This record gives sequence, structure tokens and C-alpha cells, in this order.
Amino acid sequence: MDKLLEINGLTKRFGPISAVDNISFSVSRGEVLGFLGPNGAGKSTTMKMATGYLSPTNGKVSVCGYDVLHSPLEIKRRLGYLPEGAPLYGDMTPNSLLNFVCDIRQLNKEKRKTGYEHVVESLQLERVLHQPIETLSKGYKRRVGLAQAIIHDPEVLILDEPTDGLDPNQKHEVRQLLDRMSHSKAIVISTHILEEVDAVCSRAIIISQGKIVADQKPSMLERSSRFHNAVGIRIEAENSERCISLIESIPDVLTVEIVRNDDELVEIIVFPSNKTDILGSISNSIDEGGLKVLEMYVERGRLEEVFRELTVGGFEVGNA
Amino acid sequence: MRNTWIICSRELTSYFISPVAYVFIVIFLALAGGLTFFFGKWLDRGQADLQVFFIYHPYLYLFLIPAVGMRLWAEERKSGSMEFLMTLPISTSQAVIGKFLAAWIFVGIALSLTFPIWLTVNFLGNPDNGVIVTAYVGSWLMAGGFLALSSSVSALTKNQVIAFVLAAVICFIFLMSGVELVQAFFRAWAPPRFVEAIAELSFLTNFGDLSQGVIDVRDILFFLSVIAGALFVNILIVEIKKSS
Repeated sequence: MDKLLEINGLTKRFGPISAVDNISFSVSRGEVLGFLGPNGAGKSTTMKMATGYLSPTNGKVSVCGYDVLHSPLEIKRRLGYLPEGAPLYGDMTPNSLLNFVCDIRQLNKEKRKTGYEHVVESLQLERVLHQPIETLSKGYKRRVGLAQAIIHDPEVLILDEPTDGLDPNQKHEVRQLLDRMSHSKAIVISTHILEEVDAVCSRAIIISQGKIVADQKPSMLERSSRFHNAVGIRIEAENSERCISLIESIPDVLTVEIVRNDDELVEIIVFPSNKTDILGSISNSIDEGGLKVLEMYVERGRLEEVFRELTVGGFEVGNA
Repeated sequence: MRNTWIICSRELTSYFISPVAYVFIVIFLALAGGLTFFFGKWLDRGQADLQVFFIYHPYLYLFLIPAVGMRLWAEERKSGSMEFLMTLPISTSQAVIGKFLAAWIFVGIALSLTFPIWLTVNFLGNPDNGVIVTAYVGSWLMAGGFLALSSSVSALTKNQVIAFVLAAVICFIFLMSGVELVQAFFRAWAPPRFVEAIAELSFLTNFGDLSQGVIDVRDILFFLSVIAGALFVNILIVEIKKSS
């Protein structure tokens, strides 16, 4: 595969604190890597080093085969970067800022025109092109930041929280945009929104205290959740006790947890042992007992829970 | 070179879209004029020259140039736009020189707007215009020296007030390095050679000749090397601060 971004043993120390501690990963063309982790885990620091803004204490970054320390300009040319918080020149208008970026990036007339039109259209900047950036809403600022990052159609895109501050519709638009661009680029995004990982990322890395604690496909991460293949059932309260005892007698069932219990309705989650598929045997035994359930569903697993376990609990999932 | 100009012109444009530029120019012109007429008693002297106009420039610059220079990098660091700028395909030196040039040109524009006084002196008498041109160039070079110093100090901090005060102090030291106040400070601990060298660095001495129309290459080289030296330090500071 075409590895566009390679990071090897990257470490950054600020005094005695290791912000990033020996991180290695690579991103190929066509991949969208979601970078997850609690605040202060080292996401932004890693991204800053990948762009060449911050020099690493140790380790190596290469973009499209160029080493960040030896050819920083070559790297910056091939890279689009949205810094955290999308800081831009507030006194400029999106129009003048984008033109400035085109000038610096030495885009020829044709590339400039298509790039400009593409970002203005796909990020819906038409309406604010001539307003000073400092007067724009957070969502617009973020989109102008995105626009400057993608206007030159870079091979590698590094976006620090690209959807932060956007409303649900705008988030959706940006995700679609990322999706459209993903086949020709290597994209790294950091985010706090776990559903986003599911929606746009082909791979997720979770880092905690400067270390990688998971590097897998989002679906694989979900699988490591204890909720994977668990079955949720909603039943009328009067039948609940019988139902639970029926289910508990199924051999593959590990435990049954009651998550909601009021006068009319009881909701339980059934955890299988070894995350096996138990939907069939549950529905069989419920049928045989002549019970009626209101709703039954299989959990895919909860990213949020995996995230919490990995970043608070401290156990490691084998790297993919 | 190309990138330096692009950065320079972006900066220069941004001076004029904010009120800062106009406020600065008005205050500069008012003070320059006020000092010349009231303190220098320019009209009462009855001489067709601009001596008393230029004589106050070092002191005017002492406060006004740090005010221009303080924002150059401090603002960039505070707002985070430095990260945007420095991840564009430009080198640190292009950014530093581009920003410096824009500020220097801006000061040059303010300085050139004092032209009515030149017209006046030509209207009233027959001044030596060569002297005046030399003095203008000297004044602009000195402004560049102050500005380069202020710019590198500005890269040290995110706080513009600190940048301003520090820059003013450093400019003061360079301006007055031949004067006893500064000399005494260094004489206390530095070897005599060093103290002498410090005296040579005085802006006041080096501007003195130029302001009287004496074109001494050493004076011009002095200001150019102060600019080059300060910008070199500026580049180093930006590089170091970027990584910490």
C-alpha cells in the first residue's frame, strides 16, 4: 500500500513531562484515521509534529517519503493542516485569506480556480466571502480553516477537530466532504465525537497519556466492548421475573443486567459468555415460555465504553 | 524572495484595514510636528534646515517603534495564527523578514507623510536638500534598527504589553549606549573593551552624522547590521519558541 504518512517512535517531552511517548503508526492513501483520546493525551502534539510545526524530541516523521526534519518545505507543500481551534488572521476576509494561501502555495491559474471554487462550494462559504473572519460564527471560522487546508488538494490532510463547533447539518456536510476526498488522500482527524469515528474513519487510534492504547478498525474496537453481541430486551414488568429466570438458564448467558425498571416496563441487557451470538437461543426460550417481549436488539458494542476503559482503566487491546 | 513579498504585502494590507495604522500615523505626525515647532522652535531659529525636526526622531522612535513592533510576533503567538502561518510552505526566515519589511515600509510611509515640512522649508528658504534626503534615509534606517529589535523581543512573549516594555528598554539601551547612564551600568562588571564596544553601538552617535547630512558608510552599515543581527536573533527565537 501507498504509505503517505509514516510516524516512527515519535516522542515529545516538555521538561519532565512526556506529552507523546514513542508513538508509531502509518497512514496509507485511501485511509481516514481517527485520532482519539482524552484532552491532554497528546493528540494535538502528535499532529503538530506530523506537520513539522513542532520538532520532536525523538523519532521520525515522513510525509510522501520526505523526512520532516530534512525537507520541511516539501512536506508542508504536500500537506493540508487545520490547527486546533482553527486560528486564522481575523482581520482578513475568507476571500483574501484563501487568495493568500493560493499565492504562498504557488497554485497555477487553473488549480487556483478549481481549488477556490471547490472549497467555496463544498464548504458553503459563498455568503461570508467578504466579511472579516473575526466577525464570523464559530462554524464558519472552522469551515474557512478547513478550506485553507484543502484548497491545494494535498495528498495528506491533518485535521485537528474539524467538526468542532459545527451544527449537526454542517457536521454531516464535512463528513461527506471527507468521505469524497478519502480515496485519493491519507487523512488524519482528531475528534471527541465517537460517532464520527464510526461515520468517517476506516481506522481508529486511541491514545492515552501519550501512548497508543488501541489501533484498529472502529468495528473491531466495538467488538472489544463488553457490550458486543449483548442482547437488549424490553418487556412488560409483570413478565419480567419469569423472563429473566428463563434467560439465565441458557448456557451461553453470562449475566443479565437490569438497566431500567419502572411500573410498566423493564429493560434488561443480556451478556453472553465469550461474546457469542445468543440472540437465537434467547428468542427460542422466550417463545417456548410463551412470553411476549416489546423489543429485542443486538448491541454492536459501544465505542464510548471502549474509549473509557482504554483511557481510564488502562488495559490494552492488541494492535491490529 | 517571492514568499517574503507575499507575506510582506499581506501584513501591509492588514495594517491598513485596521485603525491601528491611522492612529499610529496621526500620532506620529502630531508628535513629530509638535516637537519640531514647540520644543525645537523651528520657525524662530530662522534657518532653512530640518535639524530640529530630525533631532527628536530617536526619542520619538523610542516609544512609537516598539508600539509597531510589539504585535509582530506576540499577537501571532497569542491568537495561534502562528501555527497556521508556519505550517504553510515558507521558511522561518521568510516569515520573519516579510513581517519586518511590512512594518518597516509602514513606518517609512508614516515618515514620508512628514513631507509638508520639507515643502515648507523649501518655500521659506533655500535648504540643502541633499542633507535632508540623507537625514530622511538615516531616520528610516534607524527606525529599521529599532523595529528589528522590537520584532525579536516580540517573539519572546505572547503578551504585547511585555513585548512593548521590553522592546522600549532594549531600544533605550541601544539608543543611549554612549551615555553615562548606560555606560555606568556596564562598567560595573564588564571589561573596558566591551564597554567601549557598547558605546560604539549607540544609535544616537550613528544617527548624528546622518541627520546632519554626512554620509558615512560606517553609519549606514551600522544600522544595516543591527537590522540583520536582530532579525537573525528573531529567527532563532521563533524557531525555539515554536518548539516549546
